[in-house]
Amino acid sequence: MARISLEHIRHAYSPRAKAAGDYALKEVHHEWEDGGAYALLGPSGCGKTTLLNIISGLLQPSDGRILFDGKDVTQLSTEERNIAQVFQFPVVYDTMTVFDNLAFPLRNRKVPEAEVEKRVNEILEMTDLAGMAKRRAQRLTADQKQKISLGRGLVRANVNAILFDEPLTVIDPHMKWVLRSQLKRLHRQSRFTMVYVTHDQTEALTFADKVVVMHDGQIVQIGTPAELFERPSHTFVGYFIGSPGMNFMPASVDGAMARVGDQTIALANAPALKGEGRIELGIRPEFIKLGRDGMPVTVNKVEDIGRQKIVRATFCGQPLSIVLAEDDDIPTDAKVSFDQHAIGIFSDSWRVENQSSGQGG
Amino acid sequence: MEKTWNNKAWFLVLPVLVLVAFSAVIPLMTVVNYSVQDTFGNNQFFWAGTDWFVEILTSPRFWDALWRNLVFSAVILAIEVPLGILIALNMPKHGPGVPVCLVLMALPLLIPWNVVGTIWQVFGRVDIGLLGYFLNSLGISYNYTQNTAHAWATVIVMDVWHWTSLVVLLCYAGLVSIPDAYYQAARIDGASRWSVFRHIQLPKMKRVLLIAVLLRFMDSFMIYTEPFVVTGGGPGNSTTFLSIDLVKMAIGQFDLGPAAAMSIIYFLIILLMSWVFYTVMTQSDAEQS
Ligand SMILES: Nc1ncnc2c1ncn2[C@@H]1O[C@H](COP(=O)(O)OP(=O)(O)O)[C@@H](O)[C@H]1O
Ligand SMILES: [Mg+2]
Repeated sequence: MARISLEHIRHAYSPRAKAAGDYALKEVHHEWEDGGAYALLGPSGCGKTTLLNIISGLLQPSDGRILFDGKDVTQLSTEERNIAQVFQFPVVYDTMTVFDNLAFPLRNRKVPEAEVEKRVNEILEMTDLAGMAKRRAQRLTADQKQKISLGRGLVRANVNAILFDEPLTVIDPHMKWVLRSQLKRLHRQSRFTMVYVTHDQTEALTFADKVVVMHDGQIVQIGTPAELFERPSHTFVGYFIGSPGMNFMPASVDGAMARVGDQTIALANAPALKGEGRIELGIRPEFIKLGRDGMPVTVNKVEDIGRQKIVRATFCGQPLSIVLAEDDDIPTDAKVSFDQHAIGIFSDSWRVENQSSGQGG
Repeated sequence: MEKTWNNKAWFLVLPVLVLVAFSAVIPLMTVVNYSVQDTFGNNQFFWAGTDWFVEILTSPRFWDALWRNLVFSAVILAIEVPLGILIALNMPKHGPGVPVCLVLMALPLLIPWNVVGTIWQVFGRVDIGLLGYFLNSLGISYNYTQNTAHAWATVIVMDVWHWTSLVVLLCYAGLVSIPDAYYQAARIDGASRWSVFRHIQLPKMKRVLLIAVLLRFMDSFMIYTEPFVVTGGGPGNSTTFLSIDLVKMAIGQFDLGPAAAMSIIYFLIILLMSWVFYTVMTQSDAEQS
């Protein structure tokens, strides 16, 4: 178990990389607390696997340092870093039995056979593979393979961290839910630092205490699920978290007033804008009211999704999604109003803090 | 859909059947025909029954050649397979080195058999050959035309030089099909170099390796041109393998009957061996699935 610090990590797969665009990881400066359960969330190709491989030592970063509990491990091998990792692509040694597959990481480390037996049996139980322990690991279904792969990651005691790279992609939804709760339980018991990569926001939000959102080779926000929802620090987090995503519209700001098209919207506080930037106003669909008072809007479509209704509308020439409760009715000639405290102002995609809070007051 | 029986199908495969008949069945039947008859020229044939088979199977000459051939095949397999695996394991998997290595490896395979023989025949000569002259000037009295051990060594080294590449290329094809994730997982699991070979690389190479062994066995069991060009089967009969012996008998001595009988025995041995290999291969496949 260890606190893992990433200091100004950058990585390019080509040694000739120059421009920022050549880097698969642009700059990651971040600390994973000892014993934390993190979800690393981001779309495919944003650099999640690259980051994990750098932590586990499968990949040497082009720049930057990695510290475990303050000790520089950048030059250390995977073996010396003592990290368990479960891969996106399930790996099964099909010359061995299922039991031997799970025992492999332990036996390689000369763990006494009695201990091996005990650990492996626990994992077999947990992954529901006990029935096939003595079988050769051949001709397995995709989810059996993934479970074995996962099991080999969990079997070791005293690892510094366990990294999961989309470990449950091909497992059916029910089993996925079971395994995820097992992982959570295991985390509570063992207090290993865990990093769980996924591109599925529900998965991230249910597994982790802290969600790390990555976009285009950088970390854009770290926070609890509620923070990500209420105060996205980047427009990407706004889009990516929540369904439907946050509404963004070009705006201009004057003090505590924002203008969108020909509408003026009062803000709770004046944002601390610095210099010129592309200004956008963001509001989650859940914080928009549709009623008889407010600003004019055109309702285009209403989608009924069970307990909620999603209204697709046009506001000042911009598309606007609104989430309403199932029994809210939509008046003809409806008007919209925004919850003042839920409005965010974004400059060049990054959230702008309020003047008061920006000055620490 | 209902199957319709249509005799036109036979008509369509007829050309192939005719081709097979002319290229395989008829020559084979001719050999069978010779093997059970005796001839004194003038196209006069006398029924000889199984005489020739008995003669071959009781002649020490045949057993010696067979034994020599089996030893030869065993030796070259014992060298070429491990060596081929070793080279394949050390070939680069990415980058500009790949095509260079592949071309280098394919080169010996592209040279015709008799040219390979000639190359080594000249290479090993004591008077003008680079190897022969060099060894002798080092004080090693190497002479493949007079010393049995030297003749064997030359023929074996030549075969290894010519055919190890085949094993390398087949193994390499198996190796490059292993996804990187396997090696990464092995590193995370703390696997030793040997474990990686035993549990990741060898299983992936197993099928191609069996094919390589089969091909190399059959080919070395039928080897003719290269030793014939280099040693002519000598000194004495020391490098006279089955096919060289067969040709000596059929063309050198014009003993068509015994030669035909020997061909059939030879053919049956190869057929048997191939069947054994095939069974082993399909069995290990069945085990796998
Ligand atoms: N071995 C590699 N060689 C070159 N580029 C790579 C390699 N692996 C990943 N990349 C590139 O790096 C970027 C990040 O990839 P990756 O870390 O696998 O993303 P993710 O896991 O988030 O889907 C992608 O643009 C991908 O094309
Ligand atoms: Mg990935």
